[in-house]
Parts: sequence; C-alpha cells; structure tokens
Amino acid sequence: MRKSVLLGLATAAIFSSSVQADTLEDVKKAGVLKCGVSTGLGGFSAADDKGNWKGLDVDVCRAVAAAVLGDASKVKYNPLTAKERFTALQSGEIDMLSRNTTWTLTRDASLGLNFAGVNYYDGQGFMVTKALGVDSALKLDGAAVCIQAGTTTELNLADYFKANNMKYKAITFDTSDQTIKGFESGRCDMLTSDQSQLYSLRIKLAKPDSAIVLPEVISKEPLGPVVRQGDDKWFNIVKWSLNAMINAEEMGVTSKNVDEMKTSKDPAIGRLMGGQGEKLGLDDSWSYNIIKQVGNYGESFERNVGTGSPLKISRGLNALWSKGGIMYAPPIR
Amino acid sequence: MSDPRHNSTELPSKPPIWNDPKYRALFFQAILIAGLAFFGYTIIQNTLSNMEARGISTGFAFMSEKSGFDILQSLIPFDSDSTYGKTFIVGILNTLLVTGLGIIFATILGFIIGIARLSNNWLISRLAAVYIETFRNIPLLIQLFFWYFVVLKSLPQVRNSISFFDSVFLSNRGLYIPSPIFENGFIYTGIAILAGIIGSLILKKWARKRQEKTGQTFPVFLSSLGLIILLPIIVLFLSGNPLSWEIPKLGRFNIQGGASLIPELFALLLGLSIYTAAFIAEIVRSGITAVSHGQTEAALSVGLTPAQTLRLVVIPQALRVIIPPLTSQYLNLFKNSSLATAIGYPDLVAVFMGTTLNQTGQAVEIIAMTMAVYLTVSLLISMFMNWYNAKMSLVER
Ligand SMILES: N[C@@H](CCC(=O)N[C@@H](CS)C(=O)NCC(=O)O)C(=O)O
Repeated sequence: MRKSVLLGLATAAIFSSSVQADTLEDVKKAGVLKCGVSTGLGGFSAADDKGNWKGLDVDVCRAVAAAVLGDASKVKYNPLTAKERFTALQSGEIDMLSRNTTWTLTRDASLGLNFAGVNYYDGQGFMVTKALGVDSALKLDGAAVCIQAGTTTELNLADYFKANNMKYKAITFDTSDQTIKGFESGRCDMLTSDQSQLYSLRIKLAKPDSAIVLPEVISKEPLGPVVRQGDDKWFNIVKWSLNAMINAEEMGVTSKNVDEMKTSKDPAIGRLMGGQGEKLGLDDSWSYNIIKQVGNYGESFERNVGTGSPLKISRGLNALWSKGGIMYAPPIR
Repeated sequence: MSDPRHNSTELPSKPPIWNDPKYRALFFQAILIAGLAFFGYTIIQNTLSNMEARGISTGFAFMSEKSGFDILQSLIPFDSDSTYGKTFIVGILNTLLVTGLGIIFATILGFIIGIARLSNNWLISRLAAVYIETFRNIPLLIQLFFWYFVVLKSLPQVRNSISFFDSVFLSNRGLYIPSPIFENGFIYTGIAILAGIIGSLILKKWARKRQEKTGQTFPVFLSSLGLIILLPIIVLFLSGNPLSWEIPKLGRFNIQGGASLIPELFALLLGLSIYTAAFIAEIVRSGITAVSHGQTEAALSVGLTPAQTLRLVVIPQALRVIIPPLTSQYLNLFKNSSLATAIGYPDLVAVFMGTTLNQTGQAVEIIAMTMAVYLTVSLLISMFMNWYNAKMSLVER
C-alpha cells in the first residue's frame, strides 16, 4: 500500500508536466470517484461485513459522487492510515480525502492541499481504563500513552503535557487497530485521539465498559474533506456538496420529503433544489441527488454517529448554528 | 604463432579513430553517462517545479524547525522542543542500535543452531532442523507481531511488576534497571578499563609467541577477564567509589527513573535475531560441511579434542565459505529492522519517514534522506565484511 503511494507520488511528480489538473473531467471519465477514507473507524468511515462503506465521512464522498455522477454508490474507497493520507492525495491516487482530518495552517499552507469545509467539530480527549481510578487528565503524570502516528494528536499531546509540567511516554502505532490493541494489552495507561474517535475505538474493545473517556478536551479539531490545491473547480464542488447537506438540514429538506420540496414556494429552497448546478459545472440535479441519495447533514449525523448508531454522540458543537451549535454553511444563492 | 611469416609482418596499420574499438567504447560510455546525468537532472528539476506549482513546500529548511512531538526511546537527549533534524539522528541511532544488537544475537544463535544441526545427537540435530524450517518460512512481519504480543501478554501489568531487590523491575512496560550516574573521579576507572583492554591485547600477542616457541599454552581468557574487570573494580574503590545509581521505582502508573529496555525493542530484537539466525544456521552448516573431513580426522589424530578441532581447525576454514553469504544476512537484518514501525519501535522509518514526513509533508526530501542512510550503512557493512573476509582468507606461507 505505502509503496504504491510512494511510487504514485514519484511518477506523478516526475511525469506530469502540466499542473492544470481537471479532477472533475477525470472523475466523469472514470465514472467513479476515488475517495480516501480511514482504515476503519466506526461511525466515520468503516466497511461493514458485506464490504459496504458507511459513516459520516463516507457520506461526504457519496454526496460528491451523487453531485458529479448522479449516483452516490459510484465511489471507490481507498482506506488510508493517518501517515499515508496526504501523500495519497498529493500523488493523485485519490480525488478527495474524507478521513477525520484536522484542518491546520501547516497542512493547508505547505502540503499543496485545500480544506473544503468542516463536517465535524471535534477536540482531542483521553481514554483510560476504569481500573486506573483516574477522573482527570491532570492526574496522568508519568503515564504511558498509545497514539497513532502522523496525527495532530501527537503534537497536542506533547503540548498538553508540557504546559501542565507532566511527563509521559508515547508509544506510536501506524494503524488504529494496533493502537487499540496496545491499549488493551496494558502497554499504555491511556489512549488519546479526537474524542469522537475515542468513542468509536472504545466499542472495539473486548469489554468497552472497562474504559472511560475523560472529560478534558485539549484541542480544537475541525475535521473536514480535503482536495488538492490548484483545481478550484473541483474544490468548489466538494465544498458546496457539503454545504448543500448542511443547508438542506437547515431548510428542513430531507431524503424523505425532497420530492415534495421540489415544488416548494420558498425561494431559498427553490435555489437549493435547482438553478445553481451550471455555476459549479454540474448537472442541475446535483443537490437533489445529494439529498435524495445521501440525505441532509442531520440525517447523516443521526444515522452514523448520533442516536441511531452505536456511538450515540450528541450533536453538541455539531448542531446547526440556529440550534445552539456552530455548524453553519454559507447560503446557496 | 609458429607461423614465421606472421611474426615478421608489420603490425596492421592503426584504424581511423572512429573505428578504433577502444575509442568507440569510450565514446559510447561518455554518451551514456551524459544521457543518464541529463535524465537525472530533468527528473529533479521537473519534480521541484511541479511541487512548487502545486504549492508543496520543498527544500531542507524544515530540518531546523521545532518538531513538537516526543519519541519513546532516544539515545541522545530529545524532547518536543528539539528540531526535525534531530528526529533524523534519533531515528538513525535507534535503527543502528537494534541492528547492532540484532547482528550480535543472530550470529551467536545462528552459529549455535548451525553447529547443533550437524550434531551426531539425533534429537539435537532434529530440533535444530525444526527451528530452521519454522522460522525461515514464516514472514518476519507476522513473527514480529507474534513476539510483540507474546512479550506484552506474558509479562505482568506494571502494578504487578516482578521486582528484584526493589531496584530491577520487569513488566509489560519493559525492563527497568538502575542507571549509573558517573561522578567526578570516575575518569580513573575509565582509564583502568582502557588499560585492561590494551593489557589483554598485549598479553594475547605474548602468549601466542610463547606458544609458537615453547608449545606451552597460557590461560589468556581468564587473565584478560581479570585485567578488564577486576582491575577497574579495584581502581573504582581506591578512588572512593565515584559511581552512584539511579534506582527505578514504581510510581503511580509507571516505573520512573533508571534505564529501561522497552518491550518494543525487546520484541523487535527477538524477532529479527530469531529469524535471521535461521538463515545464518544454514550458512554455518554449509560452511562447516565444506571443510573436508580429512581436516577433522587429521586434527583429531594429532591429539586435539573435538572442541579444539572445531574451534582451531574447522571454523577458521569454514569462515571463508561463511563470511560472504553472512554479509548479505547482516544486510537483510539491517533492512528488515525497518519493520519496526509495525510494532511501535521508533526506528528511522517510524520516526523520520513516518511522523516527521507526515508533520512536514516533505515526502521527496525525507524519503531521499532515508534511502541515503540505508544505502550508506549497507555499504559500510559490506565494506567491513569484505575487509574481514580478506583478513580471514587463506594466507599462503
Ligand atoms: N484528526 C487527527 C487525527 C486523525 C486520526 O488519524 N485519528 C486516528 C485515531 S486513533 C484514526 O482515525 N485512525 C483510523 C485509521 O488509521 O484508519 C488528524 O487529522 O491528525
């Protein structure tokens, strides 16, 4: 896997003399969207036992496929570890990355990438075994910590312990499966990651009840889809596919009522339902397809990580701005 | 040659320069090199300008930026304030540590198994054969996971650490031992150790000369041991014991203080040594069987014991057959150590090509540097082994 990524990077860097990439054209020609996801993080991106990918991040891929190809199922998922993801995107192995990736200045400015919005507002937290008898991260001086390589997690952890004058030992693994096994075997006292991921890693434990997530949130982790820099048309498409989902929730348009809403008298809903496609270089039914096939943001949230899922995460920050959260999409007009 | 006419005729006139095979060869080689150089140059230029156009940072400025992360094991002082450049050094040292130790253990184990394989004792030779066939036929990565798991699962949790005299602790967090703190006067002991080593080298030379002259042997090994160990100990106490120990102790979660051998290193060493030893054993076996049986018979008949025969007659000759393939096993072990990243050992690939690459995004530079390290160290290992091979090869008298 990693080899092919490197090889891809090398060949792409060497032989593509033109940088005027047109990802939209490429995706249309291929008839399938290559989307980078995680290697398996329940609720966000994970394959079920039949090999179907599901999750909040997967739904962004599906939304883009629905908008561009008219069919949300035309996605080829490429599972990537934290370490592999940016190289895979830079090299053109994937058309977009939707894998709980934190938007930071360094990533945005020096990797040749663009973040197309935020589909989950997260923050880093800690998970410890109940038996440890600890109720706050500030009592973890001297602890051994399991983390995943190539994440913002590694950096926040160092910052947090330094700021609080505490020592720790970090055991760094490549994949989340190894990380959770390290934690389970007692190699580490705690596991740290974005809080949402802690919940989904916890259900992978043999005894999920034996671990608790501590209340502290030590960082800001706005997670969102990423595209290559230098292809503004494609950047817009991914950005507005996500925005369409969020706007649809705000306007009360769901996968169930979208057909009735087509005839709505509300001009804002009318704009959501049609008339904007051409500006994005898409079919006019792009947003209808997204809502019909994938659903609005709220539906996706409930189904994958919310009350309708094993994770049971409450909306919190991710509620719409009009409902006490900070999820806010620019208007479609 | 016997034809006289041929001898007497003049040399054929020199062909014109474009037909002279010597110049022609030179010419084509020059073209080839120029072509390759141009190709390489174009690749680099193209890569750089493409990355520039795509907004990917290039260059080596990142090496002096603050890293912001910590590394589990470092042979030099390192923390999150250290630079990315230092992560490179830490990674190299961790790779060299596991390679060096791995080569030592794999060689010892390989020789033992290889000799056992040739044992006249049926059981021993069968066991050795089973060892070889098992370990060289299972992919190393799987063995590493296995050992890591075995190490983590078979050792107790920290709070139930096995402790020896409350100063050595063993648990699935690793082996913690007291670490020495050298105080001012320790330099004398250091000098004594050095003197001991030099002394025993001289002793060895002297004993050899004496044996060649008189045939008498001298207990070089024991007396060297005395020189290298006893002498420094005596000096240590005479100089007022300027050495103290930092004793590890069980903290709230973890063991704190002292020096530690982390389970990741332990598992990696175990995996690499056991795997490589299986190949070395076969090399040793074929080396020994290559020494003709007459040598053994002759040695035994002049009165050497079987152990002496093996040590003084067979192995020195077998080494000539063993060393070249042994070199490639050492190289394999070195390169295989890059699997460390799978079990969380912070080697060069895990630290530098993993975390540093990911945090900076400078894939091309970092991968090139990593490859350069592997290439350089491999060449150094080969060079050393070639030197050793030349030293061991037959000296005609
Ligand atoms: N949001 C952070 C962390 C993302 C991350 O990779 N988290 C781990 C949690 S252990 C994960 O999702 N792993 C899943 C995988 O490797 O497939 C970042 O962008 O650096």
